Amino acid sequence: MKGYAGRILRVDLSTGDVKTEPLTEEVAKKYIGGIGLGMYLWVKNSEPGVDPYSPENPLICATGPLSGTFAPTGGNGHAFVAKSPLTGGIGEAKAHGFFGAEMKRAGYDAIIIEGKAERPTYLWIDDDTVQLMNAEHLWGKTPVETEEAIRKELGDYYIRVACIGPGGERLVRFAGIMNDRSRWAGRCGMGAVMGSKNLKAIAIRGTKDVEVAHPEELEELVKVLKERAMGPASTKYRTYGTLMNFVAYTKLQTIPTHNFGRTYVEGMENWSDYINERFVVRIVGCYSCPMRCQHICVVPEGPYKGATARLEYESTWALSANCGVTRLDATVKAIEMCDEYGIDPGTSTGVVISFVMDCYEHGYLTKEDLDGIEARFGNHEAMLELIRKIGEREGIGDILAEGVKRAAEILAEKKKNPDIVKLACHIKGQEMTGYDIRSLKTAALGFMVSFRGACHNRHGAYGPDIAGKVDRFKAEKGRGKIVANIEDLYALIDSFMVCKFSRRIYVEEGGFGDFAKLYTYTTGIKVTAEDMRLTGARINVLARVINTREGFSRKDDYPYWKAMNVPVPDEGPAKGCVLTKEECDLLLDDYYEVRGYNKDGIPLPETLKKLGLDEFIPIVEARLGKKSGKKR
Amino acid sequence: MGMAVPISRAFVVADPEKCVGCGYCELACSWTKEQVFNPLKSRIRIVRLKDIVNLSLTCRTCEDPPCVAACPRDALTQSEKTGIIMVDEEKCNGCGWCIEACPFGAITLHPERRVVIVCDTCIDRREKGLPPACIEWCPEEALELTTKDVLAQKARISATMKLFVEAGRVIMP
Repeated sequence: MKGYAGRILRVDLSTGDVKTEPLTEEVAKKYIGGIGLGMYLWVKNSEPGVDPYSPENPLICATGPLSGTFAPTGGNGHAFVAKSPLTGGIGEAKAHGFFGAEMKRAGYDAIIIEGKAERPTYLWIDDDTVQLMNAEHLWGKTPVETEEAIRKELGDYYIRVACIGPGGERLVRFAGIMNDRSRWAGRCGMGAVMGSKNLKAIAIRGTKDVEVAHPEELEELVKVLKERAMGPASTKYRTYGTLMNFVAYTKLQTIPTHNFGRTYVEGMENWSDYINERFVVRIVGCYSCPMRCQHICVVPEGPYKGATARLEYESTWALSANCGVTRLDATVKAIEMCDEYGIDPGTSTGVVISFVMDCYEHGYLTKEDLDGIEARFGNHEAMLELIRKIGEREGIGDILAEGVKRAAEILAEKKKNPDIVKLACHIKGQEMTGYDIRSLKTAALGFMVSFRGACHNRHGAYGPDIAGKVDRFKAEKGRGKIVANIEDLYALIDSFMVCKFSRRIYVEEGGFGDFAKLYTYTTGIKVTAEDMRLTGARINVLARVINTREGFSRKDDYPYWKAMNVPVPDEGPAKGCVLTKEECDLLLDDYYEVRGYNKDGIPLPETLKKLGLDEFIPIVEARLGKKSGKKR
Repeated sequence: MGMAVPISRAFVVADPEKCVGCGYCELACSWTKEQVFNPLKSRIRIVRLKDIVNLSLTCRTCEDPPCVAACPRDALTQSEKTGIIMVDEEKCNGCGWCIEACPFGAITLHPERRVVIVCDTCIDRREKGLPPACIEWCPEEALELTTKDVLAQKARISATMKLFVEAGRVIMP
């Protein structure tokens, strides 16, 4: 089995025990790597109902079969998997950069981190030598400071570091794990899980070879894929970046603003050009990537002069239009602050703040409730101050650090106002991202059933809506199949650990054909496009099985209140759009049928059998036996 | 690319304006030279100091090369014709004096053979009319094979351009 390192590292932070286990060919072939392998290892190493912050919630880090090779973007990714402190279901977050390739060269396909260290610790993996190092002097440092300090003290510039910031240490529920200075495993609160283990960082250095099974065939295929990656398939990412969404989507009214109420703030249709011209100083890339997409921005003048951050659509949207803010120098500053605290700027931080602003505008929360902050929509100073408070867990920030779902529940209780909960825009506890599902009804289904909670990256189902392949204003039968198909490809992408931005370079047999070739040539294990399609489905259904084990069902698949109750107020093609309960039910029924779940969204035993998930049948049988599951 | 530059005295340089630090050159080099992926076996290495500070570095075929002078075992010699530093693996004992002497960090110790490795500009490929592997794979077209004469020409032109642009008299696009 080439491509893979063939080993899994198991570290128990409580006892200091370190051991390696083989990665079997069977598991490798069934779950590939990344989130697939990570979720499999998680479910095999955890008990039902485990608390996300308990030492018994293992944190898994996994690379993919292509990591360390020159497959476009394949060399560079890694995924973190654990139970999410935001959703209480399966959590996963991926990042690219350089860390994943280094981990492969150190000789590991996955790392299982168990237990909890007695005091702040970092893990130092130097090929076969694995040590737990004191990190008390690193506690409180920003991720960039941590990375630099570790390299300096270990005396090796090529060490790669994945670490948490103060937000992760303080268990901000949407804290992420950062690697290579600006790459984030941002969602699902994986940084908080790491913080709960007293683990500040994983430092890694690998010097081993990565070998492949069929060098000539692989080189030929990679040349074709690389050409595609440098062509029109990735133009967007190489030029304006994801920021181009502001141009393309403003007219369509698919960008939610003002906490998912409205669809416009002044000037946002021009932001792609504006940001690129005013702030972008350099576009840089990850390891073995022919596209390079990271738009590094620096504020040239004014009160936030010198603020530096990588801007992407999601983070920019969350901390601008979503909060009604139109001062983009403040947005750069806001993202820089989130980077320093190590909290998910991509979405969660922005959506928590927009929720506060919405409550303030509604009069549900006052200045007094918010430590004197006038949290009006558009008040960029309030936005920055709230980020600081969340990062520090100070005053109101201590409540907001619990994520929008819990914060809304706490505040509703405190203020005796149940309407506060209606303004929290999340699915399964995960903050919503920058797509207005009131007028994107295929995407709506994708968001609703996403196993890690509200997320566009699990399904990309806004694609057919926006491209006009379907009527985006209409919910109808057939969308279930569309969503399931893209989900399968996306799960595969995240298990191979290639970058989503490269998704359009995989074209043969819907992409599955190219993945089959990549897998076969790299590992020497022969697979077909159909195998790959089934593997994508297997990984999605496995995730659903895990969530089923943790108590999820249909009730958790409905969207946030505002999507279902506040019609789009602004003039334009989406005016008046809303997502009704009937539409949600129609979409869910259709999807469950396609997936082989029952009406309550529980996977059926025969579905598991078909996908080779037989060993998990007892989990679904336990749920199918009773009407409602145990409380999670 | 490779064809335009005569075989003699050429070496690979990265344009700092274009290099994004993606490391394709390292992977292409170790792949071509050793049929594995391993930056430690690459003759060209990337450095990323900050997100926006990236450069890949390899042998510049110095005149009077300090690495050759530093070697206590006369294991390193420079080709008169091509300028390439040649390593006699029988003589090299991996002491690392040359590594220390090179101002560009262009010499590395092979992790298994324990002898030093240096860029040979893929001379065998060049003789067949092919560019060095790193140049072929660089997605940014940031790498090129050049000579000191060409570098001097470019420096003169850019210095002149800068002078005229600064004087507000732009004469070229």
